[in-house]
Amino acid sequence: MATMKFMCDAERCIECNGCVTACKNANEVEWGIQRRRVVTIDDGEPTEVSISVACMHCDDAPCIAVCPTETLFQRDDGIVLHDKDLCIGCGYCLYACPFGAPQFPQENAFGERGKMDKCTFCAGGPAETKEEEYQKYGANRIAEGKLPLCAEMCSTKALLAGDAQEVADIFRQRVVQRGHKDGGWSGNPRADADSLAYDATQQG
Amino acid sequence: MNLSNTWSTLWRMALLALTLVVGIGLGQQALAQADPGSEMATAVPTVDADTWRQIRSGETGPNYRTSRFDSDYNLINASGESWRQLRNRWVSPFGLIAVGGMLGLIVLFYLIVGSKKLDEPRTGRKVLRWTLFVRSLHWTVATLFILLALTGLNLAYGKAVFRPLFGDGFWAAMMSGTKLIHNYLGPLFGIVLVILLLRLLHHNWPKKHDLVWFKKGGAMVGKGHVDAGFANGGEKVWFWLLATAGIVVIASGFVMDFPNFGLARDTMQWANIIHAIGALGLTAVALGHIYIGTIGTEGSIEGMTTGYVDETWAKEHHNLWYEEVKDQAIPEADLAAQREAPRGGDEPAPHSS
Repeated sequence: MATMKFMCDAERCIECNGCVTACKNANEVEWGIQRRRVVTIDDGEPTEVSISVACMHCDDAPCIAVCPTETLFQRDDGIVLHDKDLCIGCGYCLYACPFGAPQFPQENAFGERGKMDKCTFCAGGPAETKEEEYQKYGANRIAEGKLPLCAEMCSTKALLAGDAQEVADIFRQRVVQRGHKDGGWSGNPRADADSLAYDATQQG
Repeated sequence: MNLSNTWSTLWRMALLALTLVVGIGLGQQALAQADPGSEMATAVPTVDADTWRQIRSGETGPNYRTSRFDSDYNLINASGESWRQLRNRWVSPFGLIAVGGMLGLIVLFYLIVGSKKLDEPRTGRKVLRWTLFVRSLHWTVATLFILLALTGLNLAYGKAVFRPLFGDGFWAAMMSGTKLIHNYLGPLFGIVLVILLLRLLHHNWPKKHDLVWFKKGGAMVGKGHVDAGFANGGEKVWFWLLATAGIVVIASGFVMDFPNFGLARDTMQWANIIHAIGALGLTAVALGHIYIGTIGTEGSIEGMTTGYVDETWAKEHHNLWYEEVKDQAIPEADLAAQREAPRGGDEPAPHSS
């Protein structure tokens, strides 16, 4: 069985926040919740780099290990989902998560956390009907044979989603070809003329 | 002729050398421009291993940005895994060992040593030990403590027991109720406990005879008794445990109760660990307190239910205090008559050291 993973190619991410918007739109998440975020390191410096982050659907997920109600669980294909009927809003998953993925709407008295929400890899969650599933967790694109919308919409194909093996192969090919005359457009017979990397160095 | 030939040869050699030097220089430049790949590697500094190492350790530089509204989360929450390991590998298992072990020890102690009976027969004369005010506070604190301990234990260990036992529907309702009770009664417990501690503080200052009490283990095993004032060494330890660890548990509980004050994840992780260690420890000790106060010692529970203890009990367990109040002992019959009559006013003030 495939193991589903996200991977963000930091060399390609241009911080357009298209993934954030796509996610918000596909899943109609609550006001104040933003399942995906774009982090920029060294903003405005020559070393600036951006990366898009959401739930990384960890193999040994810390959130599952610490949840007192077994709200969080992992599917056979590695996607980590949550059952909103079980969540009590204790926040432990947030303490443990390496990526700041779980979020809680603040709708109760004394700032008490509501039910946790996080990226579902566009795979919905446990519910009786499709409507209930969409209302609670957002889209279930995986069931429709589609990949998460954030990755599908990524303009530079920095954000990749899918079977870990395939994602790794694509990235490995990029790493090998990166810096070549054809800028990664492998098999281009006009590589010399089209050299993006060459243009970049010429313009300083 | 030979001379002119020599001169022209020299000129040619010099020119050749100059062309060679210039040529090498120009050629190298052309070579560099022909390899944009290596040019890229030096001209555009990319994310290096050091940067990723900093990110993995949870550091954020001055020009770090995250696109999520109202969030200052770093890219990698490095302390999350430490918290998970501390909680799941150390606090949870050892907490269970502490509470379960204490329960086992008490059962063993009860089976082997048995409860501490009064040595002398009861005199039938009663001494006031706990006023209605203190008793009300005590039972409020006790009820809240038991509720908080049960809900707390359920939050920590319940998923292994109740979900398979009751099924998802009941389990979901049970856990929401558990969290609601724990979060809302916690602050109430804190307030009442502080009042109780302040009310009992004057009984609990350590005295020299407490050392002797500890050396003899409070004479819990066998016959005989050790000198004790209103509170004996054990009671004082329980008081000061609540006054220190108890306050820490309450404070850390307050931290976790109000996530709306922009608390950092690290703060809440530490609050959780401290809260769990303190609360599990206090739960274990509370089991001992409950045992000694009920079936462990004959006559103790009467003090906290009726407010009065028998003279014999006072003489045996708190001899120094008894010496001070023995002239205020009331025959049981008078006390019963007092209770029958409509109460005029407050009970008499407590007599204590």
